[in-house]
Amino acid sequence: MSTIALTDAHHGSVAGREWSGPASKRIVTGYGFWIFILSDMVMFSALFATYAVLLGQTAGGPGGRELFDLRNVAIETGFLLASSFTCGLASIAADTRQPTWFQLAMAVTCAFGLGFLFLEVQEFASLVARGAGPTRSAFLSAFFTLVGCHGLHVSAGILWLLTMMTQVLAKGFRADIQRRILCFALFWHALDIIWIAVFTVVYLIGSAR
Amino acid sequence: MTQGRDEVFDNAELAPGDEHAEGGVGARVLGYLTGLGLAILLTATSFFVAGTDLVWEPSIPVALVVLAIAQMGVHLVFFLHITTGPDNTNNVLALAFGILIVILVMGGSLWIMANLNHNMMPMDQLMQMQR
Repeated sequence: MSTIALTDAHHGSVAGREWSGPASKRIVTGYGFWIFILSDMVMFSALFATYAVLLGQTAGGPGGRELFDLRNVAIETGFLLASSFTCGLASIAADTRQPTWFQLAMAVTCAFGLGFLFLEVQEFASLVARGAGPTRSAFLSAFFTLVGCHGLHVSAGILWLLTMMTQVLAKGFRADIQRRILCFALFWHALDIIWIAVFTVVYLIGSAR
Repeated sequence: MTQGRDEVFDNAELAPGDEHAEGGVGARVLGYLTGLGLAILLTATSFFVAGTDLVWEPSIPVALVVLAIAQMGVHLVFFLHITTGPDNTNNVLALAFGILIVILVMGGSLWIMANLNHNMMPMDQLMQMQR
């Protein structure tokens, strides 16, 4: 085997394909951002672990069953899922260089994202107004940290989204802008994946207690 | 060097999130639609299972976790285009390492904290001793 491998290498071919030089910038950028997203997920896993450990520590205060409105959560989930879909459409529009479709899909994505944030802020405000703010119990501290952290990510994502819309408007689909759109799409889809864990662990399992 | 997406196809690798574009726009939209449909189905099942009396109650959290993992898989495949193809090896390996750390952090925390909780003296007895 080794003889064959050596001979192959001698002819400039490794594993049956030509060595085509270093990876393109798009792959390097996308891969680097992928590593960031995975590390972000590791950070979220720590917050999830905290929440799961503190789930029962309500200090005599209200628990998930009394606090969570699952209908509201279902609508939030729908908004985020729909925005993930339209973000995919925006990636297709960017790849095929159709500015009108791109701006339209991004605008719809932005609208769904803002709808999600609006519902989340409303929920937080109503919890605080009912005396179930983050200072009430360890359970609520963990809840606000985890869900609030996801909300902050969505807010940052919306700012990024608006930046990408403006950059495409001003600079067109240049290679560097395309790479930023790729990273933005990764970020936005990853947020939806984290939301799956949030609505399952925090809301559905949390309100079963 | 060509610009943008075109530069992808010079190499045998794909950036995470990039699709192996064999079909046209229609095929790609159909891919996202399939993902959306499956995700809606799994989400609806999750919310149904959480609120129903039809399922044996202790099994509900396990069912919810399984449904969530399935939906994450759907999102990874149809939205992030992480596949098992040779052009995706690096992306999958990074993902596998991330999942390993996530499992260690979450499983380890829950395990250790449950153990401590189990071995700790009940709070009222602890208060008695400190008097």
